[in-house]
Amino acid sequence: MEEAMLKKKIEVKNASKIFGKSSKRAAQLLKEGKTKKEILKETGATVGVNNAAFDVLDGEIFVIMGLSGSGKSTLVRLLNRLIDPTAGRILLDGEDIVKMNKEQLRNVRRKKIGMVFQNFALFPHKTILENTEYGLEIQGVAKEERKNKAIESLHLVGLSGYESQYPGQLSGGMQQRVGLARALANDPDILLMDEAFSALDPLIRKDMQDELLQLHEDMGKTIIFITHDLDEALRIGDRIALMKDGEIVQIGTPEEILMNPSNDYVERFVEDVDLSKVLTANHIMKHADTVQIDRGPRVALRLMESLRISSIYVVDKGGRLMGALTAQDAVAAAEKNLKIEDVLITDVITTTGESVLTDLFDIVSTATIPVAVVDEKNRLKGIIIRGAMIGALAGDNQFINENGEISDSNQVVAEVTEHE
Amino acid sequence: MNELLPRLPFADWIDTGVDWLVDVFGPVFDGIATGLEATVETFVDIMDFPPSILLAVIFALLAWWFSTKKIALFTLIGFLFIDYLGYWYPMLQMLALVLTSVAIAIIIGVPIGIWMSQQLMARRIITPILDLMQTMPAFVYLIPAIFFFNIGVVPGLVASIIFAMPPTIRLTMLGIEQVPKDLIEATEAFGSTTWQRLLKVQIPLAKPNIMAGVNQSIMLSLSMVVIASMVGAPGLGTKVYQAVTQLKTGVGVETGVAIVLVAIILDRITQHAGRSKQGGKES
Repeated sequence: MEEAMLKKKIEVKNASKIFGKSSKRAAQLLKEGKTKKEILKETGATVGVNNAAFDVLDGEIFVIMGLSGSGKSTLVRLLNRLIDPTAGRILLDGEDIVKMNKEQLRNVRRKKIGMVFQNFALFPHKTILENTEYGLEIQGVAKEERKNKAIESLHLVGLSGYESQYPGQLSGGMQQRVGLARALANDPDILLMDEAFSALDPLIRKDMQDELLQLHEDMGKTIIFITHDLDEALRIGDRIALMKDGEIVQIGTPEEILMNPSNDYVERFVEDVDLSKVLTANHIMKHADTVQIDRGPRVALRLMESLRISSIYVVDKGGRLMGALTAQDAVAAAEKNLKIEDVLITDVITTTGESVLTDLFDIVSTATIPVAVVDEKNRLKGIIIRGAMIGALAGDNQFINENGEISDSNQVVAEVTEHE
Repeated sequence: MNELLPRLPFADWIDTGVDWLVDVFGPVFDGIATGLEATVETFVDIMDFPPSILLAVIFALLAWWFSTKKIALFTLIGFLFIDYLGYWYPMLQMLALVLTSVAIAIIIGVPIGIWMSQQLMARRIITPILDLMQTMPAFVYLIPAIFFFNIGVVPGLVASIIFAMPPTIRLTMLGIEQVPKDLIEATEAFGSTTWQRLLKVQIPLAKPNIMAGVNQSIMLSLSMVVIASMVGAPGLGTKVYQAVTQLKTGVGVETGVAIVLVAIILDRITQHAGRSKQGGKES
C-alpha cells in the first residue's frame, strides 16, 4: 500500500509555455534568467508557465494554487495538452504526452484524464444524461452501456432523477455536479479540476469540497485541483504547489507551506490564514504523562508530585486510555488502601488527532483537566493544554509539532503546572 | 488626362473569358441548366398536384408544426387570398424558384460556412468574394448567366443563388465561432475528433444562427424574383414586370401584395424554426 502510494502518476519536467509570436527568443531569454516582465518588454511574448517541475503521486490530491494570472490554469492545461508546452516534458505513467500524436493524445484524454471546468462548460442543448454520456458517446460506447454508466455516475454525485433536465434548469452547484459526473463517467485515473468550485457560493462550495474528499477516498483517483483560494487549497490538498508569475514558488504539504513559507511571497499569502481551521490536535498536543492502572495510588501520587501536576491519565498495558486520576483522589485512595480503579474518573473528554482547532475550542475551554487525544484504538497519544493552543493560534512555531510528532516534553510540565 | 495612362480593356478581357467558358464548358452548362430547370419544374408540378385549398391547408399545418397557431392561420388566409386574386399558379412558380435557390444556397453555403469557421485561410479568401457577391448589382449576374444558360428560369435561379447565399455562409460561420470557448475546451478535453466536435456541439449550438442566415437567404431570394423575370423566369415577378411595362398600377399592387404575403409567411415560419426548443434559462 505504501509503495503504491509513492508511485509517480505525473512527472512534469521543466515545462514552460510562452504565448506570442517570438516565443523562441523569449524561451532563450527565459533560460538566461530574465523575468516575465523583462521578456514581455523585450519580445512582446507572455510567459504563461516558467520552468515548472513537479511530480504528482498516484492517488493524491495535488493542489495548484495562485492568484489570477499566475499561470495555474495554463499549467493544468499543459497536463492534457489543451495547451501545448513550448518546452519541457510531461510524463504520464512514464509516457511523454508532449511527443504523442493526435490519435494517442485523444486516447489519453478519453481514458486517462477527465476535466472539470470553472464555469461548468455543460452543453446547453443536451440533457443532463446526454451531457454525462458525452465522453463515452464519442468513444463509440454502446447506447445502453453508456446510459448505465452515466446514470451510475450521476448517482455518485447525488443527482439521480435529474437525467432528463437541461443544464439551464439546474443551480450552479448542481451543474458542477454534472460536470463532475461527466468527468467520472469515463472512469479516468486523473481528474483535472480547474477552479471547479470557484463559481459557487461559499456554503455550496464547502459541501462540494466535502463530497470531493469523500469521492476521492472512495475511488482513489489522482486529482489535480486548481484554485485561487488558500483555504480551499489547505482544506483539500495533500500537497500544494504555490504559483506566482508562472513559476512554482513552493511545493509542500499544507503544514509545510503554513509553517515554513519559503519566501516573502508565500509568507504574505499565508499570513491571513485562519490557523484554527488548519491546525489539528496532532499539531498542538503535548506528551502525556501516564500511570499504568495496575500500579498503586501511591505510585501515581509520587509521579504527580515529581512532575508537579494535579492529575494524571491512567492507561492499561497496551497504552489504552482508562481514565484520569486527580491528586486528591489518589491521596484518599492511598489512605483507604483502595486501588486506582476504585477512584478512577472514567468519563474523561477525548478527541482525535485529526480534529481541527475550531472544533476543539468548546471542549478545551470547559474541560477541568487537559483534553486527551486518542487514536482509533483508544490509545492515548497526547494531551491538549490551553496555553499551547493559544500559542499555536498566535502562529508561534514552538507550540506546533512538525508532522504531528511531539518534540519537547519538558515544556509540558511547566505548562501543566501553570494550567492547573 | 486619359492619355497619360493607357486604358486597359478589362471589359474586352471579360467578354473573351466568358466566350471561352461558353465554348469550352458549353455542354457542362447545358447539363446544369437542364438539371436546375427540371428541379424547379418538379417543385411546381408537386405543388400544383393537389387542389389549391388542400395545399394552403398543408402549408398552414407546416407553419403550425414549425411555429405557432397564429402564424398557421395567417398562412392559410394569405394563400387563400392569393388564390382568390387569381395568382395561384404564378405564385407556385415563384415559390418553386425561391425554394430551389434557397435549397441550393444552403447545400453549398452551410459547408462553406463551416469550412471558413475552421480555417483562417479559407475565411481570408472567401470573405471578399462574399462581399462581391452581395454588392455587385444583381443585373450584372444576369448577363453572363444568359450566355451560359440561355433565357428562362435557370439564369434567374443562378442569379438568385449567388445573391442569396452569402448570409447563410456568414451566419453559419458566425454561429460556429460564437460557441463558447469553454465548451470547445470541454469537447477537446474528452478527446473528441474535429468532426465529433462540429456535429455534436458546434453545429447544434449554431443552429439558431444558421436558421437566421437561411431566413435572410429566403428574403434575398424573394427580392430577386422580379429581376429574374426579366430574363424569362416565370412567376409572380413576371406579372409585376408586365404591370410596370404596361403602367398598370392596380395589377402591380395586387401582385406586389401577393409577393409580400409569401415573404411574410416564409419569414415567420423560418424565424420560429430557428429558435431552439431547449427548456429553461441559458447557463
